Amino acid sequence: MSTQVSLPSEVTLTASEKRAAYLADLLTLAQRSPLSGIDRPWLNELRDHAALRVQEQTFPTQRDEEWRFTDLSALLQTPLEAVKTQKIGTTAIAPFVLPEADQLVFVDGVYAPELSDLTHLPASLIVGNLSALAEQHSDRLQPYLGQQSGANEIFTALNTAGLTDAAILWVPKGVAIDIPIHLLFLSTVSHAALIQPRVLVVAETNSAVTLIEDYGAIGSGSYLTNAVTEIWIADNAEVNHTRVQRDGHHAFHIGKTAVSQARTSRYTCNAVSLGAKLSRHHLEIYQTGAQTETTLNGLTLLHGEQIGDTHSTIALTQPHGTTRQLHKCIIDDKGHAIFNGKVFVPRAAQLTDAGQLNRNLLLSSKARVDTKPQLEIVADNVKCTHGATVGQLEADEVFYLQSRGIDAADARQLLVYAFAYEVIEKIAIASLRRTLSELVQCRSMAVRN
Amino acid sequence: MIIDNSSTVLSVKNLTASVGETPILKGMNLEVKAGEIHAIMGPNGSGKSTFSKVLAGHPAYEVTGGEIQFQEQNLLELEPEARARSGIFLAFQYPLEIPGVSNLDFLRVAYNSKRKHLGEEELDAFDFDELVQQRLDVVKMDASFLSRSVNEGFSGGEKKRNEILQMALLEPKLAILDETDSGLDIDALRIVAGGVNQLSTAENAIVVITHYQRLLDYIIPDYIHVMANGRIIRTGGKELALALEERGYDWVLEEAAAGAAS
Repeated sequence: MSTQVSLPSEVTLTASEKRAAYLADLLTLAQRSPLSGIDRPWLNELRDHAALRVQEQTFPTQRDEEWRFTDLSALLQTPLEAVKTQKIGTTAIAPFVLPEADQLVFVDGVYAPELSDLTHLPASLIVGNLSALAEQHSDRLQPYLGQQSGANEIFTALNTAGLTDAAILWVPKGVAIDIPIHLLFLSTVSHAALIQPRVLVVAETNSAVTLIEDYGAIGSGSYLTNAVTEIWIADNAEVNHTRVQRDGHHAFHIGKTAVSQARTSRYTCNAVSLGAKLSRHHLEIYQTGAQTETTLNGLTLLHGEQIGDTHSTIALTQPHGTTRQLHKCIIDDKGHAIFNGKVFVPRAAQLTDAGQLNRNLLLSSKARVDTKPQLEIVADNVKCTHGATVGQLEADEVFYLQSRGIDAADARQLLVYAFAYEVIEKIAIASLRRTLSELVQCRSMAVRN
Repeated sequence: MIIDNSSTVLSVKNLTASVGETPILKGMNLEVKAGEIHAIMGPNGSGKSTFSKVLAGHPAYEVTGGEIQFQEQNLLELEPEARARSGIFLAFQYPLEIPGVSNLDFLRVAYNSKRKHLGEEELDAFDFDELVQQRLDVVKMDASFLSRSVNEGFSGGEKKRNEILQMALLEPKLAILDETDSGLDIDALRIVAGGVNQLSTAENAIVVITHYQRLLDYIIPDYIHVMANGRIIRTGGKELALALEERGYDWVLEEAAAGAAS
């Protein structure tokens, strides 16, 4: 005899309806947080405008060329909530502090003045969070905040739609800041929260600044960091930017770095990504003047089932630009790295000198990398090179070290470290170099046969 | 130097080895005693380099028969790192570059792995620095080489000197120099050979693998072995090198063939 079980009737949604519902929920969640402590009409307009841009789009899938290799379905299965933050003190942030730098600390997206220290910076520098800035300063931000090309991209627009506060760094004309500025974004949540950090950097003519943008976790939540950093570099100014992504094991990280470079300006980005179960970094360089120099160094370390994606775009529009890009990935276990590096060299960008290299080290048979250098060159008098390599540790290299008495395991660790070090050594801050070296060594300790 | 009643450092008996399916060593025999310098010469493809890699334990070479005793232990049972710690040193023909690892750190890790094996306390960076400064003189190397990445951007001569510096620190019981003279100009050759001579004692042994007699003007061997087709076909004193230089290898090969046929 059979018993009939009646299943509760459920409304079954199609996959695209689920994605639409997820996106709608994300936007509602983002919009629910109001501007913090500042109420300027242009900021509210900016938020509303961005919300409309989000509504016009659909949540990305692998059918979108830009997301072909990056599967966001784990995020879709993680409904996000508002942040339930934990109070943390100086002890908790101590492992992240860089003694050489002054710091702005944001905890779960909210500025933490008690943890920040800006005392060594010159008074001429405008630095702090948006809501604490004087009105005359905040209104100067209007032509910059949310104004980079690419601001309508879905995750960037989502960040703007939920803009509450931002880290602001405005370096006046001719001022060179010799103290690095550490923008530390820590998450404490142990649940699935939406955290949307925002950074705006304006470097006026002939100025120079070094900043470290750093994402770390104290909690273990499956939160989403959806970060946007906009950097405007005026004529002959220089920005040295280090970006460290060490979000928690269960986290999602989607980050945008959009940089606008005016005539003879110099921009360097050293991006190290080793956290989050799924991470994506969009790096976008927009050249607005001639003779710019752009140096992009990237290192992605993946293990377990981590997915790490770097999408970069260098859009040249003027002559005599120089770009150098090196992106390295070390992939262990079932990790999956994605690299897509676009370089656009239109006719107006004659005498461009562009070099791009993506090198990948696979440490297990199940590790995977999808790499796609994408150079679109129209100008006819340019020097452009690109290359991508995928390899494993060479048996001869391991043997050389073994023949000097070094254990096979230690030898592998040393070689992995050496592969990573080419990027780490470019970071200007010694304490951060040390910390990252240790992190890489801990990771590569697990390297097997 | 040949010393009466000296202890045997290395004893190779009937050794055969292959790479993949291809046999390279076909019955190699060699006995090396403390204090001695042996040279192994021979035409290309005779198995000289394979022999050196097999002694050091390179995983690409499979030993298919025979035995290797090193100071009364079965060498074939040991991993490459264990061989190194118990006193085998191979100076590579093509030393590898390791970007990102400073020469000084590399030397210290290698040195301390041996100390640890001997149950001695590891040297800290400060004490090791002092030791390495002394040893630099053996190969007339500038201290600036220590802070550079291992072999990265080194010239051919600098790489070979760096190998001998490692030998000076690790003080092996048996050093195998694989084509250490290749790619060296005469000045570098003198420095490298001078270093090796300084390191040669009554307690250790050296096996020099070379194509040319040139190196043997500076490192004087007690025995010269000619290898062909995976085994030693003739052994003589240092005068054999001069005969080979003058007459080439063919006569040795012919005589060996005649000897085998009779």
